[in-house]
Amino acid sequence: MPASSRPPCTIRIQSEPFDIPAETARLTAGRTDIGGIVTFAGLCRDEGGRLKALELEHYPGMAEEEIARVAESALARWPLMGLTAIHRHGLIKPGEDIVLVIAASAHRRAAFEAADFMMDYLKTRAPFWKREHLLDGSTGGWVEAKAEDDAAAARW
Amino acid sequence: MTKLVYFAWVRERVGKSDETVALPPGLVTVADLLAWQQTRGEEYAYAFEQSSVIRVALDRKHAPHDAPIAGAGEIAFFPPMTGG
Repeated sequence: MPASSRPPCTIRIQSEPFDIPAETARLTAGRTDIGGIVTFAGLCRDEGGRLKALELEHYPGMAEEEIARVAESALARWPLMGLTAIHRHGLIKPGEDIVLVIAASAHRRAAFEAADFMMDYLKTRAPFWKREHLLDGSTGGWVEAKAEDDAAAARW
Repeated sequence: MTKLVYFAWVRERVGKSDETVALPPGLVTVADLLAWQQTRGEEYAYAFEQSSVIRVALDRKHAPHDAPIAGAGEIAFFPPMTGG
């Protein structure tokens, strides 16, 4: 692929699980110029055994558009050769995947930084909200936004 | 007419996920709109009591509270995001 062409960029919002090896293979298939792939997957924790599931609400339409805007910033900032961001919604059980970011580049630094940037911005800008469902059968509260996530995004 | 959409605990407190309304004349900014929402009844007063924490999107783009709302067809109200 010529260096001037736009790197492949995949953004998906879905309720079903994603397949990390398949998504990685999609970025690298047929290419010999990529030197590094950084994959970050965010999983649902059981919060010390009290959580039955997380319910993820999202704003259809805006979720895709906002993640695409964040991806555009990453593509403008780092010399990437591919970028994938997938975010699930609906009911997600402990141990399951919630979010996936894959960044590909010729050298590792750009891929590490772009994946880190994508996650910081996804957490503070993508319109998703988590609610806890507890093992005792009750519906817990909405998860509160953390100041440390805003601070992490402000690093960039 | 303007479509208003609500998410997460804002949606639960208002008691609906969306509605189409005629905004009163004189609302210029997002902050004006949030102040108007507080006047629309008990459930709105509850949903918007801490209006400084409510995030707003105009036609599916984040907007600060001093942004003008003129021309927006869909305005969303929601708490700070907790995805990722």
